[in-house]
Amino acid sequence: MFKRSEQDKRPSVQIFVDGVAVAARQGDTVSAALLASSCDARRSTAVSGAPRLPYCMMGVCFDCLVTIDGVGNRQGCLVPVAEGMQIEIQKGKREIGR
Amino acid sequence: MTKNVDAIVVGGGIHGCSTALHLCLAGLKPVLIEKDYAGRHASGVNAGGVRQLARHIPEIPLSIRSMGIWEKITDLLDDDCSFESYGQVLVAENEEELAVCRARVAELNALGFTHEELIDAAELRRLVPAVADTCPGGVVSRRDGAANPAQATTAFRRKAEQLGATVREGIAATNIRHTDGLWHVDFGAESFAAPVLVNAAGAWAGTIAAALGEPVPVETVAPMLMITSRVPHFIDPVVILRGRKLSFKQFKNGTVLIGGGHLATPYRDRNETVLDWKSLATSARTVFELFPVMRSATIVRAWAGIEAKTKDDLPVFGPSSRHKGLYHQFGFSLHGFQLGPGAGAVMAELIVNGGTQTRIGDLGIDRFHPSTL
Amino acid sequence: MTVAPKREDYDVVVIGAGPAGLAAAATSAEAGLSTLLLDENIGPGGQVFRAISSTPVTDRNQLGADYWVGADLVQTLRASNAEVIHRATVWSLDRNLEIAVSIGGASAFVKAKRVILATGALERPFPIPGWTLPGVMTAGAAQTMLKSSALVPDGRTVIAGQGPLLWLLAAQILRLGGRIDRILDTTERGNYFAALPHAFAFLTSPYFAKGLSMMREVKAKVQVVSGVIELSASGDGQLASVSYVAGGKRETIPADLLLLHQGVVPNVNLAMAAGIEHRWDDLQLCWSPVLDASGTSSVAGIAIAGDGAGIGGANAAVVRGRIAARAAVEALAPAAATRLAPMATLRADLAKAERGRVFLDTLFRPAPQFRIPAGDTIVCRCEEVTAKDILDAVAIGATGPNQLKAYRRTGMGPCQGRLCGLTVTELMAQARGKSPQEIGYYRLRAPVKPITLAELAAVPKSEDDIKAVVRG
Repeated sequence: MFKRSEQDKRPSVQIFVDGVAVAARQGDTVSAALLASSCDARRSTAVSGAPRLPYCMMGVCFDCLVTIDGVGNRQGCLVPVAEGMQIEIQKGKREIGR
Repeated sequence: MTKNVDAIVVGGGIHGCSTALHLCLAGLKPVLIEKDYAGRHASGVNAGGVRQLARHIPEIPLSIRSMGIWEKITDLLDDDCSFESYGQVLVAENEEELAVCRARVAELNALGFTHEELIDAAELRRLVPAVADTCPGGVVSRRDGAANPAQATTAFRRKAEQLGATVREGIAATNIRHTDGLWHVDFGAESFAAPVLVNAAGAWAGTIAAALGEPVPVETVAPMLMITSRVPHFIDPVVILRGRKLSFKQFKNGTVLIGGGHLATPYRDRNETVLDWKSLATSARTVFELFPVMRSATIVRAWAGIEAKTKDDLPVFGPSSRHKGLYHQFGFSLHGFQLGPGAGAVMAELIVNGGTQTRIGDLGIDRFHPSTL
Repeated sequence: MTVAPKREDYDVVVIGAGPAGLAAAATSAEAGLSTLLLDENIGPGGQVFRAISSTPVTDRNQLGADYWVGADLVQTLRASNAEVIHRATVWSLDRNLEIAVSIGGASAFVKAKRVILATGALERPFPIPGWTLPGVMTAGAAQTMLKSSALVPDGRTVIAGQGPLLWLLAAQILRLGGRIDRILDTTERGNYFAALPHAFAFLTSPYFAKGLSMMREVKAKVQVVSGVIELSASGDGQLASVSYVAGGKRETIPADLLLLHQGVVPNVNLAMAAGIEHRWDDLQLCWSPVLDASGTSSVAGIAIAGDGAGIGGANAAVVRGRIAARAAVEALAPAAATRLAPMATLRADLAKAERGRVFLDTLFRPAPQFRIPAGDTIVCRCEEVTAKDILDAVAIGATGPNQLKAYRRTGMGPCQGRLCGLTVTELMAQARGKSPQEIGYYRLRAPVKPITLAELAAVPKSEDDIKAVVRG
């Protein structure tokens, strides 16, 4: 859906999405990195299981909810990527107590 | 112009709405006056516990009466109020607390009440698998459960109106007075008169009682609640604690409600409360320790409903000790929701028949009357 | 990087580091007041100056001169003594000016003598059929990715809606080599006539020439369809096509990305949760706080600056930030106020910055069918409640957004009504034949952003707790 402009010279950062290595750039938010990648980043909602992707990218819609380093329901659009970060796409209600 | 009705009910909480409904069922035409809208305050925003468990003995008969109505709530209201009955469990966190539980159940049994049942650690674990394994047991009331408070209060209001009650919302009842044998109450430009006045005005009821010469030691309180985002189902019964302040309930949709009676600062006349996050943090810590699985759940909202709490934590319920035709139904002190259906039924009996089979003798306003001291 | 506030008490706490917040914090700190600026984002700038200190878009012409103004504001702030914390999510503010803020997974409480809310705006909900499909986003979302990560659409892309941001975004996407297949302009024809009486002010405002040249730049490269009166997105688990009606003709085009925009509205959640009175704005079709000329709200000690005070744009936001900060300085350290620009000068600046606003508000007033959906269109994205669900609840007695909670969970999900509140108010108002003001809005509650139970459990104990422990 999105591509990176060639002028972007930021250093690369490696994150893992459901265990698969993905190249992001320093300064990307988790949501931006997911949308820029080729992985299927669609979460499914806790209510009906409908697929969703980030909608607002500014912290108001909560459609970017994602599990980051084991902590669920984080707003991916507000969290910058970090080297080695583990991202899990949330399916349904976020499991608790793991 | 004054409109004559059979009864004027002031207050559109679950109590006022239930009384209005039961008056209609008895063939009367009441008017219900609510300054905001039905269920705006404590009745609509409480924890929704439908609980006979751990009640003060004087209100147990009323609670049992109410339970019978809750179990057939759909028949009464054409609305299930999201009532579900998975029991309520009181958890003892240590042997001392369990000993208190044991004594309590024995006391109730001696009085002929059998709804509370002592349980050991194994039964506690069976009912509440997620509870910390240090808890030695507790008490269960198996018929108890929970309902959606806003849905329930609204359903009572709606059914009362369908059966002929006049409902007036959005302006406070004013100019309450007794003249020529009738109670008169103004609602904006309208005026109502009736032989019967029911004071079910919740946090505002003490002011009405005092103005009518029956002051009661009552304060305005705002118990806080908070709710989590949806998490997978892990618990059925409502859980309350013997020692610390906590009530805990997971709804069908997965959200978990955390309450227990920590108080916000109420600003009654602004319909506003200011939450005390340090106290809510105490609730969070209790859940953190008792239900380790909840630690990563997110709190999405917290709030507090404004209500009345009496000095002895018992409601003021029954006829006035000073005025003919005046009835009080307030001061439920953080545990009035479950009582709503039964209290309305009993109040209608008091008004229509002049008496009731349900034992309510210890709840009268005369207990605060100087002459009884 | 994630540091808690240095103190427990501040003269002024500013919330939000967009144009208003940057200006307010700098002004307050310059006057010598202890000033804390709390901001949720990774860096300063808010939405309009998003990623101003870190954008990988280095060619200054691509983002435009209006964007780079933000760099000066950040410079001025950094030169001041204001304490600035980013990635700080304020989740509670009450009328005692007690602020709860989550920073790096831990919450802290600070108290202020004055609070300046600069929480800005968010994009108006655009509830069309299919707007929850993956592949449908807001135009602002695309602009955020463009500014902060130099990401541009490269699939089949449709932009739909109206308003200045839409044209700016389109121009920026094209300049960065992104793809736009079609622009669907939903501006109502009648709005052009309605806006005419206000045109003179606009023609003499700084926006006019810029706006016109941007539209020309975009129209030279992209097919623009005007007069779109119906719009929907469809696909199975992913956007596949966009359908629209314009000029009496329905057309369906394949699409991978649909970017929606119909203006911005104040982000009211924190202000309303603090108990600040808001009123319905019939022109901007949103809730705006009741404020005096200095931005002071109905809650003593809290002022609102920027688009959260009513949409005025970035230039107005900067001035409103300075005005609110100056008012705080006048109250707390009157002698220091003499160092600042006089209030009269600021008010004149504001009048200039607000020139042309009525024209824009009138011209880009969104059409009813794009604000008030029908049938199976989702209104509440979090709880997946449709327009029909809400109308059904109205039919059996729901009278307003709060009463609706007895029937439906509208607004009770994590977004707390940010994406459905205006729709619910207008939908219920229309169904009940009332004004939005009469219908009202959700009662908003802290935490305005969710926090984990563990984080709340870790906040410092209250004095009562400590006493209880001492008593044993």
